Amino acid sequence: MAEQPMPDKQRLTIDIMQHQGRFQLAAQLSLPMRGVTALFGSSGCGKTSLLRLVAGLDRLQKGRIALGQTVLADTEQGRCLPPHRRRLGVVFQEPRLFPHYRVAGNLRYGMPKHMARRFGAIVELLGIRQLLGRYPATLSGGEARRVAIGRALLSDPALLLMDEPLSGLDAARKTELLRYIRRLSVEVGVPIVFVSHAPEEIVDVADALVLMDAGKVLASGSLDEMLLRFDLSEPLAGFDGASRLVGQVHRHDDNDRLTEIVLADGQLLRVPAFDAPQGQSIRLRIPARDIALATQPAVSGVLNGLSYRNQLNAVIEEATLLSDSDASVELRLRLGDQALRARVTRQAWRELGLTVGQSVTALVRCVAFSAQHAFAAQYSQAPIE
Amino acid sequence: MISDWGVMQLSQAEFDAILISLKIAGVAVGWILVPGIALAWLMARREFRGKALLDGVLHLPLVLPPVVVGYLLLVGLGTQGVLGSWMHQHLGIRLPFTWQGAAVAGGVMAFPLLVRAVRLSLEAVDPELEAAAATLGAGRLRVLFTVTLPLALPGLLTGTVLAFARALSEFGATITFASNIPGETRTLPLALYSLIQTPGGEAAAARLCVLAIIIAMVSLVTSEWLARRARLRLQGRDGGETHGGTANAG
Repeated sequence: MAEQPMPDKQRLTIDIMQHQGRFQLAAQLSLPMRGVTALFGSSGCGKTSLLRLVAGLDRLQKGRIALGQTVLADTEQGRCLPPHRRRLGVVFQEPRLFPHYRVAGNLRYGMPKHMARRFGAIVELLGIRQLLGRYPATLSGGEARRVAIGRALLSDPALLLMDEPLSGLDAARKTELLRYIRRLSVEVGVPIVFVSHAPEEIVDVADALVLMDAGKVLASGSLDEMLLRFDLSEPLAGFDGASRLVGQVHRHDDNDRLTEIVLADGQLLRVPAFDAPQGQSIRLRIPARDIALATQPAVSGVLNGLSYRNQLNAVIEEATLLSDSDASVELRLRLGDQALRARVTRQAWRELGLTVGQSVTALVRCVAFSAQHAFAAQYSQAPIE
Repeated sequence: MISDWGVMQLSQAEFDAILISLKIAGVAVGWILVPGIALAWLMARREFRGKALLDGVLHLPLVLPPVVVGYLLLVGLGTQGVLGSWMHQHLGIRLPFTWQGAAVAGGVMAFPLLVRAVRLSLEAVDPELEAAAATLGAGRLRVLFTVTLPLALPGLLTGTVLAFARALSEFGATITFASNIPGETRTLPLALYSLIQTPGGEAAAARLCVLAIIIAMVSLVTSEWLARRARLRLQGRDGGETHGGTANAG
C-alpha cells in the first residue's frame, strides 16, 4: 500500500538535535497522523528519547516539533508546551497506573466530559469492564497495560505514543494486546506511534516504519515498501525478509480447517482456519524463507505433485545478491499491485535459468501462516462513536 | 479514705496545663503544615543554588540546644527584637510570654521533623507517575493534589504526628521565649517541671507523667493505624477491613 502524500497539517514533524551525555540524537521526520507508525531500532538507538521529547517529558535542546499546526516545541521561538497541554496520550513501558485509584478512577483521570459517552465502548474494546472496581496492584501485567492504554485513549489524545507497551509479556498476551492496538487504530481512528525492537510486533501492526540507529534516522516510510527494499536488508535483518500481503476473507473450509483469502488481483491463498467474518480485510506476514519458486505456470491454479497449497502467479521484478558471500539471491515478486519478497539459492537461480521479468509460480507454504499473524487491516464496521 | 481513682483526679491547674499543651501543639502544627510540605516538596523535587545551606539551616533546631532557639526567638521576635518590635507597633502582636509565643517556639522546634518525614515520603513517590498524570492533561497543582500528596500520605501522617509530639514536649525554647505562666504558657512539661520543684507535688507530677505517656502513645498508635490504612489502600486493599472478615471466617 503506497503511502499517499498528506498535507502538513496532518503530520507530526520533527527536526531536532539533542545531546544526552555522549549520546547524540539527531532526527528529521515527518510522520503521517494516521494508522500505526513503528519506531524500530536496537536498544539505545534513541527511540524512547525521541518519544519523550515529543511527549514533552524531557526538555528539547534544539529544534522543532509540531503536530499539524500546533507547535509543541520550537527552541528558536523559545516555545515549549508543557506535557499536560500537548494532548498526547502516552503508554509507557511500565503501565504506571495510579495505585490509589481503582481502575475506573484511573480511566477517568484524564477524561474530558465529551469522552464520557465513549467510556463504555473503549472499556468494551479493551475487555476491561470486569476490572473497573479493582485496584491496580491486583491486576496482571496484561490487564494493567490494557487499562493504561484505555486511560491514555480516554484523554482524547490527538496522537497516542506507546513505548514498548508489550515488553515483559508472554507471547499469548502480546498477540492479544497487538490485536487491541490494531483495533484502536482502525476502529477508534487514533494515530499511534509505537516504539519497539521486536520485528514480529511491528510487522503485525504497523503501517509505517521509522528505522533508527545510534541516534539517527536511517530510513522512514510505508512499512510494506521498506520491507521490500533490498538496501535495508541488513538493519532489517530481524524481519526474516518478511513481506506482507493484504486480502479479504473469502470462505472458511470447515472440513479441511482452512480459510481462503482472496488477494486484490483475484488469486486465492489458503491458510489454517481462523475466526474472522467473511469480507474482512486481512494482513498476512510471509517470511521469505517460506516461499519457493516453480518455473511452470500453475494451470488453473494447481501444479501437480506438489504439497504446496498456495500457488500464486507472479513476475520476478528484481533480483539481487545482498553480498558476494551470500549463497542466496534476494527476489522481489510482483502480484498485481502487491509485492512479495523471496529468496532462492544462487544454484537454483542459475540452474532454473531465472531472469528478471520472468513469470513464475510462487509456492507459499500453507503452514507458514497462523491465525495470530492475520491481523485486521481494516474493519468493515463503522468506527466507534 | 482515697479511692484508687481519686489518685488520678486532676486538679484545675493540671487540667489547664493539658488543654494548653494540646492547644499550643495543635496551633503550632496547623501553622507549619503547609509551609513544611511546600519546603519538603522543594527539597525533594527541585535543584537550586544554596540547597545544602537551606538544608543545614532547616536542621538547626534539631541540633541546637532548645534554650538557644528560645533565646534567638526572643532576640528576633521579642518586643525589642528586630521583627518583634515591628510586629508589636504595626500589627499589635506580642509574642513573648503569650501562648501564641509558645506555639511559635513549638512550631520552630517541630518544623525540621515535619519537613524531614514529608520529604522522605515525597522522594519515594515515583516522578514518572507524576509525568503520566501530566500526559493525561493534569496541570502542576492537580498532579500535586491527586497524585503526589495522596501517595505521600503515610509519610505526611507520620510527619504530622512527630511534629505534634515534638511541639507537645517542647520545654527549653518555650520557657525561654514564652516563660512559665500558669493558665497561659504553662504546658504539660512546664507544669511537670514546676511540680517537681514544689515540695509535696510528687503525686501530681506522677499523674502528669502518666498522662504525657498516654497522649504520646495515643497519637503514635493513631498515626500508625492511619498510615497503615493508607499503605494498604496503595497496595490495592481496603484498609484492613477485609482482614477482620477473613479472621472471623477462619
